[in-house]
Amino acid sequence: MPSNTTPLAEAPAPGEASGASSDASSAEKVHAALTRSSTGNEDLRELESGLDSLQSDAARAVRIDWSRILLPVAALVVLILAWQFYVSLGLKRRDLVPGPLDVLGQFGTLWAEGSLQEAVWTSLQRGLVGFLISVAIATPIGLLLAQVAPLRRAFGPLISGLQVLPSVAWVPAAIIWFGLTDATVYFVVFMGAIPSIINGLISGVDQIPPQYRSVGTVLGASRLQMAVQIILPAALPGYLSGLKQGWAFSWRSLMAAEIIAVGGTIGFGLGSMLNQGRDLADMTVVMSAILLILAVGILIELLVFAPIEKRLLRRRGLLAGSTR
Amino acid sequence: MPVVLENLGKRFGDGAPVLDDVNANIAQGEFVALLGASGCGKSTLLNIMAGLELPTSGALEVPSDGAAFMFQDAALFPWLTARENIELALKLRGVGKADRRTKANELLDLVHLGGAGDKRPHELSGGMRQRVSLARSLAQDRQLLLMDEPFAALDAITRDLLHDELERIWKETGRTIVFVTHNVREAVRLGQRVLLLSSRPGRVVQEWNVTEEHRTDAGLAGQLTGVITARLREEIRRHAK
Ligand SMILES: Nc1ncnc2c1ncn2[C@@H]1O[C@H](COP(=O)(O)OP(=O)(O)OP(=O)(O)O)[C@@H](O)[C@H]1O
Ligand SMILES: [Mg+2]
Repeated sequence: MPSNTTPLAEAPAPGEASGASSDASSAEKVHAALTRSSTGNEDLRELESGLDSLQSDAARAVRIDWSRILLPVAALVVLILAWQFYVSLGLKRRDLVPGPLDVLGQFGTLWAEGSLQEAVWTSLQRGLVGFLISVAIATPIGLLLAQVAPLRRAFGPLISGLQVLPSVAWVPAAIIWFGLTDATVYFVVFMGAIPSIINGLISGVDQIPPQYRSVGTVLGASRLQMAVQIILPAALPGYLSGLKQGWAFSWRSLMAAEIIAVGGTIGFGLGSMLNQGRDLADMTVVMSAILLILAVGILIELLVFAPIEKRLLRRRGLLAGSTR
Repeated sequence: MPVVLENLGKRFGDGAPVLDDVNANIAQGEFVALLGASGCGKSTLLNIMAGLELPTSGALEVPSDGAAFMFQDAALFPWLTARENIELALKLRGVGKADRRTKANELLDLVHLGGAGDKRPHELSGGMRQRVSLARSLAQDRQLLLMDEPFAALDAITRDLLHDELERIWKETGRTIVFVTHNVREAVRLGQRVLLLSSRPGRVVQEWNVTEEHRTDAGLAGQLTGVITARLREEIRRHAK
């Protein structure tokens, strides 16, 4: 039936010609065909697969992008050289502003003593345990607040407020309640991390396109199925950034707690090392501690959060165009 | 009659009524195109039929098992592959784990996407996404299929093909389809019956039958398009100040 195959490009419409305006017909150049435009199932299948291959991207090979590794390393080298250059100008006393080599030497000493390993391990362990407990507490609370409007109205402002309050403000209270024990440190970590994880999850749920819920309803999802199969996976990007922030808050709160609360049964962490450096007025120890705190933060971000986030975003097609 | 609308009305809050006194009967296996200007309440009417919203007055009768729905943008879940999206619909319908995969593959084949099951929505073109979305709404296995401007965002070539595709699938599966559009040509191309909805308030003001001759005779179809367009414009002009 060859006569069927001609799509009507410009339909001569008597109704249009006889009366009304000419605006719409001239604005729209390409019209849909008014009759069948393919000759049968086989023809249609062929046309469609042609269009499909034209319209979808060819698979791109994944290669290691060396600039991702080389550029940060280069930036680091430049910073260290600048530091060394500044020190060698001799503007400040060497014990006030030690050079990179002095700090490196101190690293070696601390390593040999074993206090470096001890401090990193103690802090990291506490940070991770505190963070994981925070996640376990914050996730159900966050889901509940996001889904139950009256609860959200009641507690939402409080939770946002807690996020603004520096968790170091809890240290004195914690010392009075728990003394110089690990409980003090964990309490401060919780107060830092839990509100920000809750907030991340809530904003993740808020950002779900309303249509996803409509789709769920139309597909016949029950309340529980909706929460588990649709809301939670849809909120995952927001939840993850909440987790990231929660980790950052845990780590910061932990350092604050360790600097202030020293002694008792509290072990020797990076914050304690920092405090010790201050007491001894040894700038190399202080700088070693600062660099270690920074390094742990960067490593956790690079080794844990970045890969998870990248994978998540890439699977959802949200990475294109970003400068990551 | 799978769908009966009687004096259906809808207003949001205490604004002017969006729909007022809508009456329509849709027969089993019928393909009805619901045509109206932008903002006249087509989506609202469809959402009411789907049970996503409640009417404020009047009565409606829809199949007791509800309706399948196809949205304007494909509304696929980006964390699932094409096949998993279809499988989710099957799962929520209560299909056992063992059957889901075969069923999903059959449906992908039906929309000519047999090879794209493992792709994620963002890796598919707009037309492919809509076909996955069509397959998902077929996975719901409801007699009534409601479609809200499903092809509005596609290019003309793809849309022509999807019109053919939809007609074929409609004939193969015997569904009752209500297809919402603001495009007169699309309504004439697809519907057996075209219902024109007026604006503010929305009401079925006229209907036309489209016969099999219109499917093959472009001149005849063009003529009907002209008539309907003129009527639609008349309806729009009523609101000029
Ligand atoms: N939830 C809502 N609350 C208040 N007003 C609404 C709501 N949903 C729709 N409306 C109003 O109802 C009217 C009809 O909307 P609807 O989306 O049904 O129109 P439509 O015919 O589908 O338009 P379009 O062609 O743009 O999709 C519009 O004026 C809109 O502003
Ligand atoms: Mg609409």
